[in-house]
Amino acid sequence: MASPAAAAAAEENLPQVLILLNPPAFTIFGEEYFTSSKFRFLKSYESSLPLDEFLSANGRPMRALLATAATIVGAGVLELLPDLRLIVTTSAGLDQLDLAECRRRGIRIASAGDIYSADVADCAVGLLIDVLRKISASNRYVKNGFWASKGDYPLGSKLRGKRIGIVGLGRIGLQVAKRLQQGFGCTVSYNSRKKKNPDQVPYPFYQDVQELAANSDALILCCGLTEQTRHVVDKEVLAALGKAGVIVNVARGAVVDEKEMVRCLVEGEIAGAGLDVFEDEPVVPKELLELDNVVLSPHSAVLTRESMMELARLVVGNLEAFFSNEPLLSEYEDD
Amino acid sequence: MESIGVLLMCPMYSYLEQELQSRFNLFKLWQQPPSKITEFLKSNQRTIKAVVSNARVGVDAQLIDSLPNLEIVASFSVGFDKIDLKRCEEKGIRVTNTPDVLTDDVADLGIALILAVLRKICPCDGFVRSGKWKDGDFGLSTKFSSKPVGIVGLGRIGSAIAKRAQAFGCSISYHSRTQKPLKPYKYYDNIVDLAKNCSILVVACSLTDETRHIVNREVIDALGPRGILINVGRGAHVDEPELVSALLEGRLAGAGLDVYEDEPEVPEPLLRLDNVVLLPHVGSDTVETCNAMADLVLANLEAHFNSRPLPTPVI
Repeated sequence: MASPAAAAAAEENLPQVLILLNPPAFTIFGEEYFTSSKFRFLKSYESSLPLDEFLSANGRPMRALLATAATIVGAGVLELLPDLRLIVTTSAGLDQLDLAECRRRGIRIASAGDIYSADVADCAVGLLIDVLRKISASNRYVKNGFWASKGDYPLGSKLRGKRIGIVGLGRIGLQVAKRLQQGFGCTVSYNSRKKKNPDQVPYPFYQDVQELAANSDALILCCGLTEQTRHVVDKEVLAALGKAGVIVNVARGAVVDEKEMVRCLVEGEIAGAGLDVFEDEPVVPKELLELDNVVLSPHSAVLTRESMMELARLVVGNLEAFFSNEPLLSEYEDD
Repeated sequence: MESIGVLLMCPMYSYLEQELQSRFNLFKLWQQPPSKITEFLKSNQRTIKAVVSNARVGVDAQLIDSLPNLEIVASFSVGFDKIDLKRCEEKGIRVTNTPDVLTDDVADLGIALILAVLRKICPCDGFVRSGKWKDGDFGLSTKFSSKPVGIVGLGRIGSAIAKRAQAFGCSISYHSRTQKPLKPYKYYDNIVDLAKNCSILVVACSLTDETRHIVNREVIDALGPRGILINVGRGAHVDEPELVSALLEGRLAGAGLDVYEDEPEVPEPLLRLDNVVLLPHVGSDTVETCNAMADLVLANLEAHFNSRPLPTPVI
């Protein structure tokens, strides 16, 4: 058993992994799952120095960075990390990184890959069925003691045969499509940046989200947030979706014109919504809190024990592999 | 047809009631004060030739015997556990139910309950509504995809649940009266072994003498503290007090229930548990399915009184 001094010295010799923003997984799941005997973390946010000063003082030897979904890594930050050769993200998406700059500097990237897709798809399906079949609302009804006193709960709406419009047919959208069409007998169509190969993707493609909405009973938003998708679900799309239409959002709050959606829900212009994300989390429009035809979720679609365990395995595995000069577990390949 | 007396056992569905009213001479049992029921039945016993019942209010021997001209019992449900079939058979009374049209909705509800319990959809919704999200995150839930699902009863509804769970990558096993060789799922000839080998146990069989309390203490113990129980069958499938104590003592991770032993009464301790989702027997409660069920009840009655083959006879 090494003496405390020897242990501290050994620790000193470990390569460092820079973290700029506290990973939510550290708090929600536990930092202990992300530790390793092969590296140690250096957290810029634990310093009182502003970031650029901290990086000027400490950035030189940093070869690896652990980035979260919210950790924006642009040319300015990379300039202060001249030896950086690896960014590991806790997110599946990479839009917080300047990928072109990373490529130019020879910085490799390892993302969370596909580990969250099943859980996010399950959440989307769960929210959709909840809205259609009034699960949360009738659970509240029973727990308030109303079943015996007030009688039966109002009828819901059948899922089978519903036309589902998926906005964003990436890894998550494809899993949502599979569950709803193969499992539940819905009819899936989609909108995406580009039409997919029909030999691989059998669902009808709509170039225009408004047209997709006009031909759907429910819209499920699974796309990333980009300049093109910001407020893509706007007044026209919601009107096209119509009074019987349902919206499910497991993408980003800003994909929807939230104010307009709230107005539609309050005035009965659409039938209901299942929302895991909002424009200004954790703020949720107060009108939604009063509605029984909405189901609200605190951006927790990826927050299962299993996804967190898998994330920890991937993060530690990628970092250990990097420091041992072994192949990364989930290296991002440009296509 | 307007002279044929039809007795409606309880309020069911307004469309059904309206159609029965317009096509037949409709008697509404619940409009009689309890003390006057015997008298009411006696005065109308010659007219009443049909009874429409449902999952909650059945037709027992006493009622059958008080209606000497009863020819057909049409149930607005697929389950007929509350109908005295033996007595009906003895008297040559036809019995019909509403299979198939509600299979999808009940199966959908089974999956909805699994997701609601595992992914904590209901407590998460409450968390957001109460404003607690501003103070911190909710915490972790449990993944559904790829988990082993055990189904009790692989009939129409059980098979439909299996198909849905497969789309989530789940492995399916089942217990049934008999093995189904055409189904590609693992069969257990006893429910305890099924419970030992799954983390989600779904009850979807019909209620018979053999399946009453089929989910008992031993099964709950086998399912274990990380297992969840989903019941879209009948309340009597489960030993309810045993289920309650298992949940209170943490010997079961959670439960999603649509049915109870004494509806609409729900065991009081369950009302406070966040890991339990309680629905008011809504398995087939969509507009689309209730319309289809009502049409099937009407079709069975019309066929019978026009001497045509019944669409969905039980006997």
